[in-house]
Amino acid sequence: MNSSTSVAPSEIQPMLNQLQQELSAQAVGVTLRNVTKRYGSFTAVENINLEIQAGSYTCLLGPSGCGKTTTLRMIAGHEEISSGDLLIGERRVNDLPPTQRNTAMMFQNYALFPHKTVWENVEFGLKMRQMPKAERASQVNEMLEIVGLTKFADRKPAKLSGGQQQRAALARALVTRPQVLLLDEPLSALDENLRVKTRSELRRLQKQFGMTFVQVTHGQDEAFALSDQIIVMDNGRIDQIGTPSQIFQRPVSRFVARFVGDNNIFMGKVREVTPNSVQMEVEGIGTLLCCRENQPAEVGDSAACSVRSDSMSLRPYPPDDLNAPNQLTARVVSIEFTGYVTRVSLLSEATGAEITYKARSDDWMKQPVAEGQLVSLSWSSDDCVFLAH
Amino acid sequence: MTKTWKTYQPYALALPQTLVFLLFLILPILMIGLVSFWQFNGYAMVREFTLGNYTDIFTSNVYVSTYLNTFKYVLLVWFFCLAIAFPVAYFLAFHIQNQSLQIILFLVCTVPFWTSNIIRMISWIPVLGKEGLINSLLMHLNLVQEPVTWLLYSDFAVVLGMVHLYSFFMIAPIFNSMMRIERNLITAAEDMGASGWQILREVILPLSAPGIAIGSIFVVTLVMGEYVTVRLMGGGQSASVGKLIQTQIGSLQYPLAAANAVILLIVTLILVIGILRVVDIRKEL
Repeated sequence: MNSSTSVAPSEIQPMLNQLQQELSAQAVGVTLRNVTKRYGSFTAVENINLEIQAGSYTCLLGPSGCGKTTTLRMIAGHEEISSGDLLIGERRVNDLPPTQRNTAMMFQNYALFPHKTVWENVEFGLKMRQMPKAERASQVNEMLEIVGLTKFADRKPAKLSGGQQQRAALARALVTRPQVLLLDEPLSALDENLRVKTRSELRRLQKQFGMTFVQVTHGQDEAFALSDQIIVMDNGRIDQIGTPSQIFQRPVSRFVARFVGDNNIFMGKVREVTPNSVQMEVEGIGTLLCCRENQPAEVGDSAACSVRSDSMSLRPYPPDDLNAPNQLTARVVSIEFTGYVTRVSLLSEATGAEITYKARSDDWMKQPVAEGQLVSLSWSSDDCVFLAH
Repeated sequence: MTKTWKTYQPYALALPQTLVFLLFLILPILMIGLVSFWQFNGYAMVREFTLGNYTDIFTSNVYVSTYLNTFKYVLLVWFFCLAIAFPVAYFLAFHIQNQSLQIILFLVCTVPFWTSNIIRMISWIPVLGKEGLINSLLMHLNLVQEPVTWLLYSDFAVVLGMVHLYSFFMIAPIFNSMMRIERNLITAAEDMGASGWQILREVILPLSAPGIAIGSIFVVTLVMGEYVTVRLMGGGQSASVGKLIQTQIGSLQYPLAAANAVILLIVTLILVIGILRVVDIRKEL
């Protein structure tokens, strides 16, 4: 993709433009209504409702076994739906086989046919559709030209690099002009450097073609970097749907807060509720003021809130006002320099809780604190998110 | 001292096996080759050079037709073994999802090997014989008036016996090849609209080709040298090169038997090389 999509030679440009027009004109959304998947008595996916916009990049994010891959495979038609409705565009496709759904899937490890050449791999879908030979050949050649694999057309997949295999898989998926492209952890087979590079190429391609991409991933970085919309799943249910920044800044549940990064979670009792704030009492720490959007909250409930490790401020003990809300006392356990960020682990001696604090390394070095020192951490109530469950 | 040992170590490790091969494989083959050029005077071998044994074989109609008959067995047995083994392996590899059941069923395929070949062959007699199970049934149902005679002591019986003996040698390598096919490939083929048959033809068959080749080598080499089954199941009616050699040894015609053995060896090697030319089995080993 490197050489061909960013700086396309002049003869590719018209092909590329045409493909771009075709693909963006036909992009459709995907809708899941009360979709459930059961295997015997085990429920893999429970009652999922989901709206994926045409031309958007959506990531299904969650730990392994959360039902994200099952959801993707249901959209593709490789798993049957136990109950509910699945719509691609306006069409209900519950009972349609994969080919009639106008989706294409890119598999983990690409699933390129090892006994076929790159050319034959890309040709496969068209051949199965019984497209006439001449037409097939011109479409395959064009697609290989676009992804920059023309020179490698006669090679077997084993003779390609990881990045080339990825492009071959992409060419194979796009050659049938799908309305929705489904990607099952497409970057997991690549090493770290190539992954970051390929990630941005995928994103650029999706924007360029205006296609609907739905991707499964277990990496939050990947989901943040790629998505218009992230769907966080846990235990077969959707925990949160939102933009990357919503998921990052306003997690709605303890699971999301834990999964998307170094959030500090405090458990306590609800003392006071206003339309956009909650006051909580946390044993050993004191009063916490949290912001609230529309999460349900009742006085007396046991509840939790989350504070991002990079939105706290750290000062030497003691603080100016020992009774102020949103602050705690902790001892520095260890300090990790990780480059741009310095990560500090602390222990709150009153509660026994482990606390993580992150600062820009430059800022940290101006005012370093030694391991074993007692410090005071505080944060604003805007950065303290009330978690409904 | 250590350096010299390091240099010779691999040779020392390879030595015992090399000696065994030299002594028990290469040397006997060379001796057979040598004997095949000796003369036979009706009573004993004469150590004088002759090409007579070979010219006898290539000019005698009996010998040539025996070779042709052996090829016929090879072809038929290979075909039926493949026809049985491919579906069985396919069923085991793709339809049985439960891994322990898969292993159990695979072991069930080996059950015939729990008794000796000869006993298994003899057990066919009460089934196929003139008064055997099948004939009694056919007569009882009035489907035939006279017992069917071609069931036993016939080419049919020989092929049946050998297919029974050797299909497992085809099942095992094909099953092994199929188990190595990534399941994602089949889903990918489905995703691109391939039907069951198309998946079989475009994906499964080419990817199990190495297994088919290995199985074919087993079956072809085994059938080429067969004489026990031919004798027991064919009665006196059927001939194969293996049986011919055995008969010639029985009548002490060692030079002629040796010449047949040499030809058989060369033909078998040509067949094996032919199979290896068609299919690349390296990735399977």
